[in-house]
Amino acid sequence: MHIPDGFLTAEVALACAVPAVVAVGIGLRRANVDLDERRVPLLGVTAAFVFAAQMLNFPIAGGTSGHFMGAALAAILLGPWLACVTLAVVLGVQAFVFADGGLTALGANIFNMGVLGALVVGGMIHFARTTAPKATLAIAGFGAWLAVMVGASATALELAISGTVPLGTVLPAMLGTHLLIGVGEAVITVAAVSAVLSTRPDLVGRPQVVVA
Amino acid sequence: MKLFTILALAVAIGLATAVSPFAASTPDGLERVATDKAFIESGKSQDGPIADYAFPGVENERLATGLAGFAGTLIVFGLGVVLIKAARRRPTVA
Repeated sequence: MHIPDGFLTAEVALACAVPAVVAVGIGLRRANVDLDERRVPLLGVTAAFVFAAQMLNFPIAGGTSGHFMGAALAAILLGPWLACVTLAVVLGVQAFVFADGGLTALGANIFNMGVLGALVVGGMIHFARTTAPKATLAIAGFGAWLAVMVGASATALELAISGTVPLGTVLPAMLGTHLLIGVGEAVITVAAVSAVLSTRPDLVGRPQVVVA
Repeated sequence: MKLFTILALAVAIGLATAVSPFAASTPDGLERVATDKAFIESGKSQDGPIADYAFPGVENERLATGLAGFAGTLIVFGLGVVLIKAARRRPTVA
């Protein structure tokens, strides 16, 4: 879902970059609060896993493939704000080193594939009445799917506002293809969270959403 | 934490290096929509040190992808840790 340069107008790209920068800034300021010394490597590991899993395109119907996004997984392991930092690291390296996703569209890509999903899933965890493993896995599954759909909708909206393609054309098309990609996201997220729950259940907690 | 870090990083490097060369190469969701709805031409092509996940100077496509995945996973891990360590050195306001 990486937007290349040229799809968005400068105004739309900037309007998306502002909330992306704010969310990443909050994440960096919360680095002391949300992570204790012991768990510092967790952010690096999560970013590394998200990057690796994003390379594994899986085929869906109609000669199309989907790939992992990772915002839901990062939000479950690190809380929503550090998840924004994690996705910004992944998407930043992809844009600058791998020419994947436009440089001017980087803010929009961080917003669509990182911030939105991280806040949706972080909110779900915050308002869930329990942190029992079953509830966490349910949030991992549904939240991951929802994160992809929200990201796809936002992408469609940005393309439409930019005048690249009409909303009535792009929104149903984006939602249609990402319906199945979201299922892939859910499967990978549940598998990864299950793996962490079975080896290090203490890493899956109830991160704070409120900015103290 | 150390064991978990090493294991999880090994899984990530393994996936990016050994599995990614065999991943699907068909267009992803947005590329598909952009092609079907005829706005793919608005996109500008870009360049980068390891553009399109092909390690430069390596002829074998699968090897080039695997090397790109290996390098990228380490870069992302390193940048993530360095960034968060730098952020933690600053006094917290929150």
